Amino acid sequence: MSPAAKAGAALPGLIDRRTPRWRAWLLLLPMVTWLVLFVVAPTAILLVYSFCERDEVGRVLFTFTLDNYRRVFDPVYLWIFARSIYYAGLTTVICIVAGYPVAYCIGRAREEWRQRLLLLVMVPFWTSFLIRTYAWITILKQEGLLNGFLRLFSPGTAGLDLLYTPTAVVIGLVYAYLPFMILPIYGSVEKLDGALIEAAYDLGAGPLRVFSSVIIPLTLPGVAAGTLLVFVPAVGMFAITDLMGGARVPLIGNVIQNQFMQARDWPFGAALGAVFMGLFAATYWVMLRLGAQEEDSVA
Amino acid sequence: MNPMVDLRGVTKRFGAFTAVNDVTLPIASGEFLTLLGPSGCGKTTLLRLMAGFDTPTEGSVWIGGEDVTHRPPYRRPVNQVFQSYALFPHLTVMENVGFGLRMQRVGAAEAAERVHEALALVSLTGLDARRPHQLSGGQRQRVALARALVCRPKVLLLDEPLSALDAKLRRSMQLELKRLQRQLGITFVFVTHDQEEALTMSDRIAIVNAGRIEQLGTAHEIYHRPATRFAADFVGQANLLEARLLLQDADTVQVSVTGGLELSLPLAAWPAGATTALLAMRPEKVHVSRARAPADFPAAATNIFEARIEEEIFQGATDHLVLVTAAGTRLAVVVANESAYGEIFHAGDRVFCALHADDLVVVRAE
Ligand SMILES: Nc1ncnc2c1ncn2[C@@H]1O[C@H](COP(=O)(O)OP(=O)(O)OP(=O)(O)O)[C@@H](O)[C@H]1O
Ligand SMILES: [Mg+2]
Repeated sequence: MSPAAKAGAALPGLIDRRTPRWRAWLLLLPMVTWLVLFVVAPTAILLVYSFCERDEVGRVLFTFTLDNYRRVFDPVYLWIFARSIYYAGLTTVICIVAGYPVAYCIGRAREEWRQRLLLLVMVPFWTSFLIRTYAWITILKQEGLLNGFLRLFSPGTAGLDLLYTPTAVVIGLVYAYLPFMILPIYGSVEKLDGALIEAAYDLGAGPLRVFSSVIIPLTLPGVAAGTLLVFVPAVGMFAITDLMGGARVPLIGNVIQNQFMQARDWPFGAALGAVFMGLFAATYWVMLRLGAQEEDSVA
Repeated sequence: MNPMVDLRGVTKRFGAFTAVNDVTLPIASGEFLTLLGPSGCGKTTLLRLMAGFDTPTEGSVWIGGEDVTHRPPYRRPVNQVFQSYALFPHLTVMENVGFGLRMQRVGAAEAAERVHEALALVSLTGLDARRPHQLSGGQRQRVALARALVCRPKVLLLDEPLSALDAKLRRSMQLELKRLQRQLGITFVFVTHDQEEALTMSDRIAIVNAGRIEQLGTAHEIYHRPATRFAADFVGQANLLEARLLLQDADTVQVSVTGGLELSLPLAAWPAGATTALLAMRPEKVHVSRARAPADFPAAATNIFEARIEEEIFQGATDHLVLVTAAGTRLAVVVANESAYGEIFHAGDRVFCALHADDLVVVRAE
């Protein structure tokens, strides 16, 4: 027996080349099952429906058609797509501007404070999302808390008419997604080596230049991750636009939801969803590529 | 002449813990000063006080004749080579080295020239476009050095810059750093816990222990005339002997040391009026011979005694012996692998020993 073979025999199962490949695949079974049940099957159903027709009462007829996709590219829907992207983009930018300082302070706080501060960021998740959104309605409405507060200082003013406006939608979106921006940025701030900051100071950089030439570039991966986590779901959000926008500013999420509920046009809803998914698969792919390059230079 | 760096009565406390305790340390311009001490003794804290990352609780820090105690690091004429190198991972070698010049708004053409000059100085060329993670440990170390030197600091602070390198590279970097320091004439403050490194490189060594400077002197002074038990023990090996005064005459004292061996030393070396003291003696100071009659030892070797070799450990160039004297005192002794008299020793041998009275150094016990 060659020495190598002996070594192999001494470690059964570890470097045993004779194990058939199917046994290795067996180990993946739980994950494969999960993927098939929750990712592959729903997506497949969605894709199949998007090529079907429907009858007058909304039943799906399994006859092939491209009509649904043709309708997606109707200017009305493209316009809604564009508006959704604009709202989500605005939300993302506000989340970065508001979330970065918070994440930075938590990340550079003393060890024993970090966990407590992080907990505060996550406290909102302890309450149902709908309840929190209704809470915002009581704040923003004509006779709500915000206007009551304003009238304390200048009695007699009309107050702000915020509820059911685009502003309210953006407020709601920022509120809902801010933690998803803070957490990944916090992650990259916390990983940041303090010695690098000191080295920059040592080399003559004042606080602002340390921030712009060292801290920002090194925490960019966190910002990128946060952007993905905020932007993508924000585009498809429908509950906030319904509740706080009063359905006056429908976004693509509302349109899709409508097709499945009120309009009972599942194939068209499926086609909208498929295009939407394709768009984001592409965005993800681009971001991942950028992230990989970044990682490559930072690792 | 004014010192280049001057710590005046500096104390640094973290809460109730005193990391640096009333340190006064003037460092001359162009000097290579090493802070040597065990882990946690406050070496890094002393450097951070000079660099400006920490502010002293008491006392003041002077650099180039100016009080910089409350000046931020980016306004001090000082640069540091960090223990972890702290190279910017998102920048290339070229950009890393040029960082300080960019911050000082040096023109692009001049900056490029100075960066290349600095990289040539540390013998690192052709890697300009690499990122830190594409470099070896030794190369990173050179980039860190070039990045600090390119700013032409008055003082270069180095915090254990060689500790991540393998023994061989470390040796050659030691010599190279020393050469650079001579060539540039910059004041170097070098931190290490490696005594050999300190002896090799320094003009002066400050022995740091528990936040205090135990002794400040040249490598020779520290090795041959340690001031404290700690200094004697930390640098090289030492036999530490509790001595009790037996007799005192016009110019010598007679003492009895731990175990009973009697030795004589110059009266001037003995602390006036003391009845006991701690003696330090380097292991290579004892002359050992099996065959020679005591009369053949050097005339100056005033202490002569008999001993038995209890243990012998061959270490290549040297031979380490544990001797037990007739009186029962144990001594660690190092001889060349063949002694000065061409003898080879074995455990169990009976030998004569001779010791120069000046090689017994009275140290503070603390
Ligand atoms: N920011 C701080 N807060 C509290 N204690 C500190 C702080 N910085 C240093 N210390 C303490 O001060 C002492 C000296 O630390 P310092 O880093 O100067 O040691 P050192 O001599 O550089 O050790 P090493 O050789 O391990 O690097 C240590 O006991 C350390 O725990
Ligand atoms: Mg240290």
